[in-house]
Amino acid sequence: MKLGEVIKILDAELLADCGNLDLDVCSACGSDLMSDVMAFVKENVLLLTGLVNPQVIRTAEMMDIKAVVFVRGKCPGENIVQLAKEKGITVFTTKHSMFTACGKLYSSGVTGKGAAD
Amino acid sequence: MSGKVIKLHFTIDAHDFSLAGEASSSTKKMLNQLGISPLIIKKAAIAMYEAEINAFIHANGGEADVEIGVDRIVITVRDEGPGIADLDLAMQEGYSTAPDKVRELGFGAGMGLPNMKRYSDRLEIKTEVGRGTTVTMTVYVREG
Ligand SMILES: Nc1ncnc2c1ncn2[C@@H]1O[C@H](COP(=O)(O)OP(=O)(O)O)[C@@H](O)[C@H]1O
Ligand SMILES: [Mg+2]
Repeated sequence: MKLGEVIKILDAELLADCGNLDLDVCSACGSDLMSDVMAFVKENVLLLTGLVNPQVIRTAEMMDIKAVVFVRGKCPGENIVQLAKEKGITVFTTKHSMFTACGKLYSSGVTGKGAAD
Repeated sequence: MSGKVIKLHFTIDAHDFSLAGEASSSTKKMLNQLGISPLIIKKAAIAMYEAEINAFIHANGGEADVEIGVDRIVITVRDEGPGIADLDLAMQEGYSTAPDKVRELGFGAGMGLPNMKRYSDRLEIKTEVGRGTTVTMTVYVREG
């Protein structure tokens, strides 16, 4: 699924557009614990999180994750949005809860599983 | 390590959480410039980032040294923090002594050391209670 479509499905608001809305999202990882995210390596991953701090962007950077969704209407500060832009990471926010956001994406076909190997 | 070796050195700040990860970020940038394969870079970057975060949250900061050779990347993260009393226990997935305030920052899942082991080809930890901890991670650079 294209990232642009993910935004529609999640009724999300774009906060940092790094020009990759045609990115093909194959799998997603929803977590507030960054080390759990890092145990999960797969290509073209979307990160959903309720955690709001710069380390979310750093984690995405280390993992080559190109899109981050903040759930439950959380809005990252300008410093976080700026860091994301520097790293080429598209950021958006959705009013949906983690559960609902993941459910919507899963039932729309984003079902790829991550693996540590 | 043979051939040309690039050396990087960083200080890991102990105060500003938003800066934690800067050393790993700079290292990743350098590895990218050198044209190393993305999967190898990702492994090295994640392993180093976890070590850097540990130095920040558990040990009041420290230092990092990176040596990039033709066949391997060697990352050393050193601190003079409290040390690790039971390393076997600390290596277990889910084991963490991190306080709640660290967990609120998204760390303290007890997956840092296991992730370092997972993503490095060699992990060596020297630690002494009251003295500090030195983590050395080697990631081999294979062609293709
Ligand atoms: N550099 C360090 N100095 C002191 N203790 C450490 C250090 N690194 C790890 N530890 C100890 O090992 C435990 C497990 O580390 P880790 O797997 O990274 O999990 P976490 O950082 O999430 O707690 C930590 O909770 C801490 O008790
Ligand atoms: Mg850790």
